[in-house]
Amino acid sequence: MSAPNSSFDPKQVSALGEDAVNQMVAAALVDIAGAADLAALKEVRLAHAGDRSPLALANREIGALPPAAKVEVGKRVGEARARIKDALTSREEVLQRQRDEEVLVAEAVDVTVPTTRRSLGGRHPLTTLMEAMADVFIAMGYSVAEGPELEAEWVNFDALNVPADHPARTMQDTFYVTSQDSGAVLRTQTSPIQIRAMLSRELPIHVVAPGRVYRTDELDATHTPVFHQIEGLAVDEGLTMADLKGTLDHLAEQMFGAGIVTRLRPSYFPFTEPSAEVDLECFVCRGESVGNPERPCRTCGSEGWIEWGGCGMVNPRVLRSVGIDADVYSGFAFGMGIERTLMFRNGVTDMHDMVEGDLRFTRAFGVEA
Amino acid sequence: MLISASWLRELTGVDASGRDIAARLIAAGLEVEGVHVVGEGLTGALVVGRVLEIEELTEFKKPIRFCQVEVGAENGEGSTGVRGIICGARNFNVGDLVAVALPGTVLPGGFQIASRETYGRLSDGMICSEREMGLGDDHDGILVLTPDSANPGDDVRPILGIGDQVLDIAVTPDRGYALSARGIAREVAIAYGVAFVDPVDLAPDLPAPSARAVPVECGSDDFSACDLFTLSTVLGFDPSARTPQWMRNRLRDCGMRSVSLAVDITNYVLLELGQPLHAFDVDRLQGAVIAGRPAEGELFTTLDHVERALVADDLVIRDDRGAIGLAGVMGGLDAEISDTTTNIALESAHFSETVIARSSRRYRLSSEASRRFERGVDRTLAPYAAARAMALLLELGGGEYVGMTAVEAPMTETVIEIDADLPARVAGMSIDSQRSIELLRAVGCVVTEVANAGNSLRVVPPTWRPDLTDPADLVEEVLRLIGYENLPSTLPVAPAGTGLTTSQRIRRRVGTTLAHHGFVEVLTYPFVGPEDLRQLRIPDSDPRRAMPELANPLSDEAPWMRSALLFTLLPAARRNIGRGHSSVQIFELGSVFLGEVSNNAIPSMGVDQRPTAEQWSALESALPHQPLHCAGVLAGEIENSSWWGAGRVSDWSDAVEAAREIAEVCGVELCARNGNDPMFHPGRCAELFINDAVGEPIVIGYAGELHPTVSEDFGLPTRSCAFEVDLDQIIAAAPAVRPAPVFSTHPVAKEDLALVVDASVEAAAVEQALREGAGPLLESIRLFDVYTGPQVGEGKKSLAFALRLRANDRTLSAEETAAVRQAAIAAAEAACGATLR
Ligand SMILES: [Zn+2]
Repeated sequence: MSAPNSSFDPKQVSALGEDAVNQMVAAALVDIAGAADLAALKEVRLAHAGDRSPLALANREIGALPPAAKVEVGKRVGEARARIKDALTSREEVLQRQRDEEVLVAEAVDVTVPTTRRSLGGRHPLTTLMEAMADVFIAMGYSVAEGPELEAEWVNFDALNVPADHPARTMQDTFYVTSQDSGAVLRTQTSPIQIRAMLSRELPIHVVAPGRVYRTDELDATHTPVFHQIEGLAVDEGLTMADLKGTLDHLAEQMFGAGIVTRLRPSYFPFTEPSAEVDLECFVCRGESVGNPERPCRTCGSEGWIEWGGCGMVNPRVLRSVGIDADVYSGFAFGMGIERTLMFRNGVTDMHDMVEGDLRFTRAFGVEA
Repeated sequence: MLISASWLRELTGVDASGRDIAARLIAAGLEVEGVHVVGEGLTGALVVGRVLEIEELTEFKKPIRFCQVEVGAENGEGSTGVRGIICGARNFNVGDLVAVALPGTVLPGGFQIASRETYGRLSDGMICSEREMGLGDDHDGILVLTPDSANPGDDVRPILGIGDQVLDIAVTPDRGYALSARGIAREVAIAYGVAFVDPVDLAPDLPAPSARAVPVECGSDDFSACDLFTLSTVLGFDPSARTPQWMRNRLRDCGMRSVSLAVDITNYVLLELGQPLHAFDVDRLQGAVIAGRPAEGELFTTLDHVERALVADDLVIRDDRGAIGLAGVMGGLDAEISDTTTNIALESAHFSETVIARSSRRYRLSSEASRRFERGVDRTLAPYAAARAMALLLELGGGEYVGMTAVEAPMTETVIEIDADLPARVAGMSIDSQRSIELLRAVGCVVTEVANAGNSLRVVPPTWRPDLTDPADLVEEVLRLIGYENLPSTLPVAPAGTGLTTSQRIRRRVGTTLAHHGFVEVLTYPFVGPEDLRQLRIPDSDPRRAMPELANPLSDEAPWMRSALLFTLLPAARRNIGRGHSSVQIFELGSVFLGEVSNNAIPSMGVDQRPTAEQWSALESALPHQPLHCAGVLAGEIENSSWWGAGRVSDWSDAVEAAREIAEVCGVELCARNGNDPMFHPGRCAELFINDAVGEPIVIGYAGELHPTVSEDFGLPTRSCAFEVDLDQIIAAAPAVRPAPVFSTHPVAKEDLALVVDASVEAAAVEQALREGAGPLLESIRLFDVYTGPQVGEGKKSLAFALRLRANDRTLSAEETAAVRQAAIAAAEAACGATLR
């Protein structure tokens, strides 16, 4: 470090004069403004604000001045140095910004190139549709009940009021396990879960049971031997068919939009009495395609209604087989095909797509159908 | 059941179109699947023609006739209207009445008739067959009308019922009565609110029995199987008598072919009243005709020429020589009427629903008769139906009625007690009890209000409704006739629910997690067969070979229910590769079926009461274990190649990691050790296990690289990988609540160690030893490098671990850190023979 020079140099003293200082500042400002990039500015900084810059050297002389001049010159030089420093700072900011902009421009990429390093997966729409339907009921206080796919014949048929030699047994083409006498079948419906729920739960019962079922149909565009249903069951004091209708209407509205209702048509199921088919108001045309050939509806075939499932009041014989007093309790039950629902809801036209496991089918649905 | 609207109109007097009737029946609970028009698409003139002359043209490849046909003055030449028409059929003679389509007529299928030159003549119309008019499949020849039934030039349409509408009704098993015109007409009458005249109440026009001969005797050996048997005899019937066109039309509309007058009449009465009838040739009978049980093993040849060994549970009709019919199912060859039969004994009987259902099922014979008997036939109908058929035989085929023999068991009456307001209570709407009574009476019930019993009704269902046995059945009758569309809609409030169970919640998350990791869910059929297992290299001794077997599989190649998801998942992977996907990442969440099911495995129980705890647990334990598994297949690139560089092909570690992620969803730590599942590469198979509460390992699955021959046999890319875990077991081990971690904020001390061990030593074992040796100051340990090569020597490998040490209460000193390091190395040395590299 250089110590203050004790020798007296009149030229240097003159360098502390107002004009001289102003000239130094002016020269510095010109150089600063002329610095084209940060490297040049670094040189300029060294030249005008470094230890060997004219102002720095001038500053050293201040100590040699008489006290009266010290204050004035000190102030003048200090102000000059501050001006140069400010100019350097702001020029540096400008140059830095310029440099950053150039770099960022140079680093630009084509954001339209593919970004998928790992292909997306997906959940089967039958799974997510079952969940969505079950969730409607969970929100209403229902639980999800379950049962085995390989089921006892007694649970799948007898307890559901389908006696051994009744023609209703042949309504559903059954897969028998081992032999027709083993007492074991692949469940033909989710209804055996009703029996299990009633045997294992406390009253009142409100359950919904999605699951896989089996019938000996060959696979074609609208049939599959392995398919899915969702079953609902409520058993309580005083439940009515109007309650059944209201519950189905609620499901229809939650799944297909405000105001969509169901229609019941008399039918026959051994485990319900009275029994009904459930039709869903067409959620696409809302019936406007009926008798209107100019605006046909593919979803409902211009019928205004879509066949959806079956339902009814739990047959008192079924209640008896599980030991529930039918004089005190009544119940309703309903069931829908999930494949069928997915077909009309999402426009699946061929059952093969749902069962063959082609990646393209499921991927299209992501993790929510 | 097919039935024409005209028949229903005739029986009810209701004047409505077939489509209108169909809509009303649907609302009343009969499933009308469709309505079709007889001869749909036929337009233009179709007239009766009388064949005047037939000129045989022999110069062509096949014999051709050029006919002069009289078609009515306004339709042809001359005063009687004659046209020349070429015809290739030969089943008609001069004088026959035929159906002629005049030029300009369009037949079903869009075939337009025109005058044209053919076979060297001008053919000026067409003589039609049934098929050409859209009336059936019969194309053996042209249709010849009943002689003298019409005049040339008459419109053929009303004669053949063309333009009539036919309803196709799918009859549910409870509504046997709807398998008859009588039953459906009753529903039509109720639907239109008109009084119904039951055809059974119209006494047939049957003469008193002739005294010239005695009728054939009949009997029943078993009233539990046959509680009413009648046999009516007619002698001297004309077997050449023709079935009138109106009856042919009705049979045709109901989907039956005309066979002969006698057979047609039995079928017609079956359709009209719902009573199956069977006609025997009296001259081929010996002795009385009896309903009874056959001897076990008795041989009997049914009408379809199949010889069957009967069982004692069957019911047969027999005479002195043996069985002549399988009761209510199918007749026998021996005593059948033929086209020369003149003496006929007509069986009209009532059989037990279950006896007929069992026989029908046993021999896989479903007939018009068995379909009705197993659904229940009106118990009182047999004598009426017999009389009706006899009257028709005599009217249309002549002969002498010599009487009816009959045996009958006493009949029990069904009585149902029901609260008059039960329909209202079930419906959840107000229904006037008088309205309920009215509707029950409309379906044929006898309803009496029980005095001094409040609201109670005593209801006797009609004999044709054996399905009405319980109050609920009566409720359905009332509600369906009031109309379900009138039901109010009310939403009941369920008690507070509990939401999804832990298991259900976890299952959803497992699926979502795998999907987010690139796996696509598939739902495969769970059917597998021997060839699948051979390709999967499952040895005969493998416990997974014990699977439930289907008695009636869709394909004999896949008779078993899978005991592992990979059995059916690999074929799904193969299908995707076959469809051009170069890489596949799929998973399935589903049940597997463990163990065989023996015959008579599951005891039957009654349905009159709740099963006892013992009965229920016997049932439950007889069913095979069906745990929920999760499996996945990874084949080809798991990371794609593109502008960023090469992709990455999945390897065994991705399969293990997928299984670990599943376990992580459950909050369960999954461990791996070298395994040897035959589906997998023997050196690249991880056996996956979790530790139970006392630290014992429970094996829950496998993961790794598939055996090369498995990949090859399934057409998968080389080094394809897979995993399968028992999700139920993982879920069972899931903690109800995950405890919060305790961690220190004091500085960490990092120690890296490279240890040389024998190549056969598992990294997990070394890690475990290091953990134990390092003790509580070890915060975490991570394997960051595995090296094999000259620097560590043959048969050795170097494992590099990063240890992080930290104390809860202080900064560790260099001495403490060094001590932990030494202790860890010592432990690894002791346990695994590790040496510091
Ligand atoms: Zn629509």
